[in-house]
Order: sequence, then structure tokens, then C-alpha cells
Amino acid sequence: MAKLKSPGELEALRNAIVKKRDPDKPCITICNGTGCQAYGAKRIVAAFQEELKKQNMEGKVDIRASGCHGFCERGTVMVIKPKDIFYQRVRVKDIPEITSETIGKGNIIERMLYTDRSTNQKINCEYDVPFYKHQKRLVFGNNGLIDPTSIEDYIAVGGYVALTKALKMAPEKIIDEVKKSGLRGRGGAGFPTGNKWESTRNAHGDVKYVICNADEGDPGAFMDRSLVEGNPHSVLEGMIIGAYAIGSHEGYVYIRNEYPLAVKHIKTAIEQAEAYGLLGENILGSGFSFSIKIKRGGGAFVCGESTALMASLEGKVGEPRAKYIHTSEQGLWGKPSNLNNVETWANVPLIINNGADWYSKIGTKNSKGTKIFALVGNINNTGLVEVPMGTTLRKIVFDIGGGIPKGRKFKAVQTGGPSGGMIPESLLDLPVDFDELMKVGSMMGSGGMIVMDEKTCMVDMARYYTTFLEGESCGKCLPCREGLRQMRYILDGITEGRGKEDDIQLLAELSATLVDASLCQLGASAPNPVMSSIKHFRDEYEAHIKDKKCPAGVCKFGDAKG
Amino acid sequence: MAVKKYKEVRQVLEKYQNDKSALIDVLHDTQAAIGYLPKEALGEIAAGLGIPVSRVYSVATFFKAFSLTARGRHLINVCMGTACHVRGSDKVLAQLEKELGIKDGENTTDLKFTLETVNCVGACALGPMVIIGGDYHGEMTPDKVSEVLKNYS
Repeated sequence: MAKLKSPGELEALRNAIVKKRDPDKPCITICNGTGCQAYGAKRIVAAFQEELKKQNMEGKVDIRASGCHGFCERGTVMVIKPKDIFYQRVRVKDIPEITSETIGKGNIIERMLYTDRSTNQKINCEYDVPFYKHQKRLVFGNNGLIDPTSIEDYIAVGGYVALTKALKMAPEKIIDEVKKSGLRGRGGAGFPTGNKWESTRNAHGDVKYVICNADEGDPGAFMDRSLVEGNPHSVLEGMIIGAYAIGSHEGYVYIRNEYPLAVKHIKTAIEQAEAYGLLGENILGSGFSFSIKIKRGGGAFVCGESTALMASLEGKVGEPRAKYIHTSEQGLWGKPSNLNNVETWANVPLIINNGADWYSKIGTKNSKGTKIFALVGNINNTGLVEVPMGTTLRKIVFDIGGGIPKGRKFKAVQTGGPSGGMIPESLLDLPVDFDELMKVGSMMGSGGMIVMDEKTCMVDMARYYTTFLEGESCGKCLPCREGLRQMRYILDGITEGRGKEDDIQLLAELSATLVDASLCQLGASAPNPVMSSIKHFRDEYEAHIKDKKCPAGVCKFGDAKG
Repeated sequence: MAVKKYKEVRQVLEKYQNDKSALIDVLHDTQAAIGYLPKEALGEIAAGLGIPVSRVYSVATFFKAFSLTARGRHLINVCMGTACHVRGSDKVLAQLEKELGIKDGENTTDLKFTLETVNCVGACALGPMVIIGGDYHGEMTPDKVSEVLKNYS
């Protein structure tokens, strides 16, 4: 690999890569995300290579271990191009038949196809499967097409075009474009990205940092993992563009150590980008220099808080500080720092490539673009779902998610993770965007969407989240440290049959104190699961307290009465 | 100067060029090499990075990833993330505790297993999820526990 010295050289490289590839040659893309690897995807790739040798078909077909396709429920999934035949629940024992029948003779194997739940019909193509058909996969789409460990694959699908375009623009113009696009931070709070970049650019000082938050701490959410694992270069490209716009020369990716594959892939991607001169000194001959380092997290939910994350990057305990001075002024090592989440960075190349006008046409008035959700829990189609902002919960849960398994009834959906709230059936037609979710006492968060059926006890869920947050509270400020403990005591009591008449009132008072007095958003948003479940499922609390009964049958009271 | 006990620490420190901001990475790599973070290693890390032992200790105890006590040959991680919780991971954990005769965070007396919980491994479609060593065991139920444990010696 020689360093590319100009945008022209990158174009020439792209043309050379594309020319070498025959679009009509069969290519099997096999999902190799963490989910599918847990089903044995790596063994499937190896089995294919062996089988092709055995059947003398080597070279007739390309095998690509791709990023996550998103349809985790049906893993291991694979798509056979160019016809886009979609096989699901593939196991090693199926490989000889797929090789001889589908690759060799072009026959479709019926039993490997996806069956539509409502019509009972078999579906041949990936894009006709309802799970995919109702999505708009702008950010996530390339995941299933490319091998994340190959920069050539990314370049072949138009990778780093946005970077060459951006390097020809004035930094202020890029910031304007991002502001005009209406992009808001995908990490949770939904702060306008362009404004954040502008404040960091305008902040005093020559040394500025650009940071990517890949410390996905929300349990039940894994879209950031899948992006870093499945398309790491899209995140890097966004970061390089952001750094150029802000005037930063050093960047960090702060990533969860619990995601070993993501750590590996982002590391490989950085090395490849450096080798091609897309990172490092004088990027593509533009005179702009930028480098990125990886730092692993230690497994602390509070490090989603910007000041705590930066403390951790400095090698200190991940405790937040009060933010009367913004991190865009004084962040990492006291220097202006711009922190964005993985998905936010991956949106940037799209905006630069297609323009702010195009981007701002997608979504709702104040929430633009698409959002990736991790649809999990009591749902038929567990997986990653990318939809335009403003898509209703009903469409996500029922049309894409395929509804609730075992013929059970839908009860609630929880968005925003431990900081979010529970949304009942009456609000299923809610268009999902930043503001609508806030209005009903929940929040976007990073995009976790946990579906709960009638067998889920809402008081138990509130207790679960409160216990989680109590464990993750850093302990620096009293309201969060002690308040969460007291709330958990009360919830333990209610779920164990020791609930008292005024417990609900007490929970509300403690919640109000946490909201007002906590140092950071972990504490301030912690009451959301409790308060939203009281608001929408008060009858369940009352059944636990007054009748000593758990309507869902989850809580076991034993002999503990009164 | 105290005798350096752990050559692993020296190698890790070299890799990160004694950069004190790399403390968390240093702890990760040291733990990966030794299996846990012995007291002496924390001291050697502090000396190598030029920071007080108290700071190394505070970081090592603040983050969930680090263990200051020896761990068993096979680390069992039970995912307690929301998706796994909704599908009954607490029952799987209870069964593991019962069969192994230890609680979350403890080792079996023969140091064969260590039982720990994690918040989410991001393989939510397969919940409840139990990871032993590097092996993912998805769709776990209390009934499957003894069968799965038999695979490890």
C-alpha cells in the first residue's frame, strides 16, 4: 500500500479496485457480527472455503465475511449476490448443499428461506423480507456489503469520497452544512452537532481534540458496536471530516473492552487508513494532519457522560464534573474537545456527500435523518433497525419487528435504556423522534428499544433499572448515590410484598430530588424508568402494594405479607 | 528499589511507553497477561507510570472490568443486560450459583470457575447469554446449565 497523495490518486485506486471486480460473479456475504459469530459464523466461512475446494468450485465465487446485517434473530444470515438470495438460520451442516445446489446449479433451497409470518410465504430476496423492506438503511446499509477488515471494500462502495469533498471546502462551510442538515447527537441528548463543532472551533487554543464515544453502556443496545465492527471506516471518515472542520489534529476512539471484535476492527481500520495516507500527516496532499488513538474503557456506564469519559481518557477514575464550563471550551486535558457518538460520526459522510438539503428532507421538523434502534426483548425479530426519524413505534414493533412471540400481548416498549422511560400501548402511534419521546417521559438515548409483553412486570423492570443505576452511580454526588439506593430499597420492598401505601409518593419525591440536585445526567435521568412506569402502569404498583399481587406473575412474595 | 516480580508488567509498560494516560489500557493488558491484578503488579505499574499507587488502586477498583483477586481457569460471564433480563437471565444465574456453589463474583474452591455478571455483551438476539472463556452460549435456560458446564475441565 502506497500513501495516496491527492484526491485523484484515491479516485484512481477506487477505479482500479472496482475494475478488478466482476459485478456478475456470485458473492456470498456472510454476517460475521458478534451475534452471528455466536451462532458459529466463523465456522460457516471456513466450511464454505473447504466445500468449494472439495466441489472444485474455487474461484467461481467470492466469500465475504461481512459486518452485521442486523437481523440477529435469524442468524447466521447470508446473502448470495448478485441475485440477493437471502438464507437464514444457516448452520455448518447446510454448507455442502448450498454450495452444490445454489452456487453450482442456481437452485434455491426452500427451507433456508425466510417465511413471512403473516402470509406464510417463502421470500427469496433480502430486500423483500419485511424486516428489511420497511427500513431505510442509509448509515447501516453498507455493513452487509463490505468486509470490515478491508479498506478496499469500503473504498469500492464510495468510501472516503466525502473526505476528498470536505478537504476542498472551507472548514466553516462544512460546519454550516452540518448545521443546516439538522443532525443531532445520536448518543442520547440530541444536541445539534453543527453547533457543538462550531463552539469547539471557536474555542481558544491551538490544541483541540476530537473524540468518538464508542463506550456503548446502555444494556440492550448494540448499534454502535455493529457500526464499529461492521463499517469502521465510515466512523473514521466522519471523524477526519469533523477534525478538519474543527481544527483538530488529534483524535481518540473510546471503546468498550466488552466488544473485542469492535476493538480489533477499529484498530485494523486505523492502521489501513494510515497506510493509505487517509490518516496521519498531510492527508491526501491537503496539508491537513490528523491522527487517531484507541483507548479502551473499563466498563462504567457513567463514562457515557462526557466529562467522565474524558477523565477516563486521561487515565483517571471516570467521575463526571459540573459542566459550568463546557467541554468544547475545556475538555480533555483542559483543552477544547468535541465528543460525538459513533452513529453521529457515521452520519457525517452522508451529509457531505449528499448535501444538507437532501439530509434535512429525511425525518421530522426537529429531528433529521435516520436512527438505528436495537430492537430487543420480547419481540419476534430481534435485531438492528434503521428508520427515518418520526417512524411510529407501531411500525417498528409490528411491521419490522414482527410483533410479540408466543401469541402474547404487547405491554410496553422501553426506549433510552436505564435513562429512558416505558411507553405503553396507548402511545404506540407515537412518531419516534427526540422531542416526542421527551414529551412522554422517555428519551431517545442511544437507541435501545426493549419490547415487553404481558408477562413482564413493570415494577420489576423499574427495580431492575434502578438496581443497575445504583451499581453504576460513581458515588461522587450524594443525591445520586444515596437517592438511588433508597429508591431501590423501596422498589425491593414493593416487589417482595412489603410495599406501603405512601411508597409511590416517596418515590416521586426522591425522583424530584435526583432530577434537581444530581451532578450529571446519570442521576438526573435515573428516575425516568420509575416515574414513567408509575405514570403509565400505576395499577401494577397498586396491585403489588395493596393486594400483594404481581399481575404479571414475576414477583414472588412468599410469606412476606404487610 | 523493590524487586520487580512481574515481567508481564514490564512488557505492558513498554508497549504503552510508560504513558500515564494509558493506565486503563495498561491494567487491561496486565490483567490479560496475569489473569488478575495482584497487589505487587499495581505497585509496579504505579512506579512505571510515575503516579501514586492510590490512583492505580482507585482506577482498578472503580471500573468493573478489573479483578484484584485471582480468578478461576474458566471465567463465566452471565449477561444481565436488559434484553437478557426480560428473558430470564436471573434464573440462569441462580442455577449457575446453585450448581457451582458460589455467588456472583466468587471462585470455585478448585479454581476451575469464576462466576461474574456483565451488563451487556450486545448479542441480545441470543439472550439469555452466558459466555465462558471465549465461547458464547446463547438462549440459555436453567436446564441447560449442567450440560454446558460439562464441556469445561
